[in-house]
Amino acid sequence: MSKQQQHWEKTRMLLFITLAIWFVFSIGIFFFGAEMEASSIRPLGYPLSYYMTCQGSLGIFVILIFWFANRQEKIDEEFGYTEREDD
Amino acid sequence: MFKGKFIDNLPKIYGTYTGGFIVFIILMAIAEQAGMSAKLIGIFFVAFTVLIYALIGYLSRTMQTDAYYVAGRQVPTVFNGMATAADWMSGASFVAMAGGIYFKGYGYMALLVGWTGGYVLVASLLAPYLRKFGCYTVPDFIGTRYGGNMARLSAVIVLTVASFTYVTAQINATGTIASVALDIPFEIAVYVGLASILMCSMLGGMRAVTWTQVAQYIVLIIAYLLPVFWISNKMGAGVFPHLMLADEVARIAELEAQFGLGEVKNSAADLKQVPKGLSGITKAHAEVNTTPWKFISLAVCMMAGTASLPHVMMRYFTTPSVKAARRSVGWSLFFIFLLYSSAPMLATLSKLSLMDPNLATGIIGKSITEVQAIDWYQNWNQANLMFVSDFNGNGTLELNEFFMGGKAVVLATPEIAGLPYVISGLVAAGGMAAAMSTADGLVLAISNALSHDIYYKMINPKAETAKRLIVARVLLVLIGFAGATIAALEIQGILGSVIWAFDFAMSGLFFPLVLGVWWKRANAQGAVAGMLGGLIAGSAYLIAVRSGYPGFWGVTQLTFGIVGSLVSLVLMVVVSLMTKAPDAATQRMVDEVRIPSGKAILGKQH
Repeated sequence: MSKQQQHWEKTRMLLFITLAIWFVFSIGIFFFGAEMEASSIRPLGYPLSYYMTCQGSLGIFVILIFWFANRQEKIDEEFGYTEREDD
Repeated sequence: MFKGKFIDNLPKIYGTYTGGFIVFIILMAIAEQAGMSAKLIGIFFVAFTVLIYALIGYLSRTMQTDAYYVAGRQVPTVFNGMATAADWMSGASFVAMAGGIYFKGYGYMALLVGWTGGYVLVASLLAPYLRKFGCYTVPDFIGTRYGGNMARLSAVIVLTVASFTYVTAQINATGTIASVALDIPFEIAVYVGLASILMCSMLGGMRAVTWTQVAQYIVLIIAYLLPVFWISNKMGAGVFPHLMLADEVARIAELEAQFGLGEVKNSAADLKQVPKGLSGITKAHAEVNTTPWKFISLAVCMMAGTASLPHVMMRYFTTPSVKAARRSVGWSLFFIFLLYSSAPMLATLSKLSLMDPNLATGIIGKSITEVQAIDWYQNWNQANLMFVSDFNGNGTLELNEFFMGGKAVVLATPEIAGLPYVISGLVAAGGMAAAMSTADGLVLAISNALSHDIYYKMINPKAETAKRLIVARVLLVLIGFAGATIAALEIQGILGSVIWAFDFAMSGLFFPLVLGVWWKRANAQGAVAGMLGGLIAGSAYLIAVRSGYPGFWGVTQLTFGIVGSLVSLVLMVVVSLMTKAPDAATQRMVDEVRIPSGKAILGKQH
């Protein structure tokens, strides 16, 4: 496999992981709205369903994007695809 | 004065600007104490901020295509994040969102999840690759990747339909705020709003819009957060409301039970008396009140729509590098998060202020005549945003006898909670900033697509730079006027049009954009079929549902993008596979896009 193919392979893998986490917190958990509401897990005292829609999922997305950006930069570095500043 | 040095000095410049704005707020507060009238304070706030934006727009004037279309590709990561946040958060986010949460609770919060989750798709699927491409507009990417004028034209059509639906709502919002703050009739205020919008974008295109949007973000975030923190502290609900309102949420549930929420229903005859657009509390504040599919389908539409709306995507064309584009998406969402996570807190504080009999501000359970004598009730009743009526004739105000407009949650809560009027003036300036910044991004997205993709790429490829930029500006003004004219007719509410815009964008552009990067086999025929087929299918479903067709799979007029985008996906894959694979040059181009380093596909000046 060429260097470019390997790079794309790793990039795709990272995409799948990122989208999997995204799916869980944007779609997956909301299949269980009623269960979350009844749950005894109450972040900061809020009902779990309320908390996830107000802050939980939203905050996780922010962290997820920065995590994704860091990982992708590492992959690019590994294959020497880092941009020069003057590009 | 503007190149290089300006970029290095950004933190200092915007730091000074923020400081200056805070001093202005303090001066206004002092003026209020000295007896300045509420009306004058409102005029000062709106006029002062709009003048500053116009000044920034004037200072950023340019005659270079690179600066006009993509701000010279030198906007630093964090500042681009702020500009995107302002570009993104419209009048709907600022004025209508907290109200939606207040009245509809959990079911409405699908919009919060959708309007933030979409950025994960932007960061991982699209933004860095489109930045590497080096295009000026979204149709520019489609046209070059798939090849041929037909693909380019189809993309321009989808972009125009989606963005135009959106922009009328924003011009409507600027008109509403300008008419209240400056006390002029709505039909005139719409054009005052339009003039402010054009002043920011006409002379400097994307460069001017970028730097005004950063300034607008600073105003709108101060205007949103200051009242939330102030009210929370004043009420003794918590120093940091986001982390400390659990007791208040529980207290609302207690009061809902005490006041018999949902037990006493209003008769149809009673509801006829209520002015149009106002509603009472009919849903519990924090309970799960919708089916999983309803919640998820709405969230999915907003997420895919986010990733397809050109005015958002083009903000990531302005960063210096692919790496910066990726990080900038993270910063955008961070700045958006600051406002979105505050909206539910504002809704909670607002509801508790009105409901809790232990608070001085509580009105439920008081006598009707007492409520009708309150100053702020009279003001907002006159503005057609509040209404009470003694349906059961017992003389006291029941929960089901109080009605409010969605906008009032943001606009009236500071006054209800007893904050000085200066805060209400600040909130008006914030709402104006939010609506203007989004309108600017949208008008620019449409006029850039028409001037660059239609005029320059298709009609007159030999046009000189000066002529191209004049055409771009003429189109900008024309589109602005068309938008304002339709806005003045007030066909659809602000929030409804915004949601439709997402569905249109998702129907026509989501899969052609994503597959353009992630599926090499996708070709022009497939993309054209996907864009036009998706847009037509989505629109047809919307029209059918509006004219009484019950629909299928629980897809409503708010989620018609699901139908549109599925048709788009199927058509695109089937037609692509049935026709010839893209040539070797196109395949190489896609390979090239997937690598962050190296030259952009399209040259610096194209």
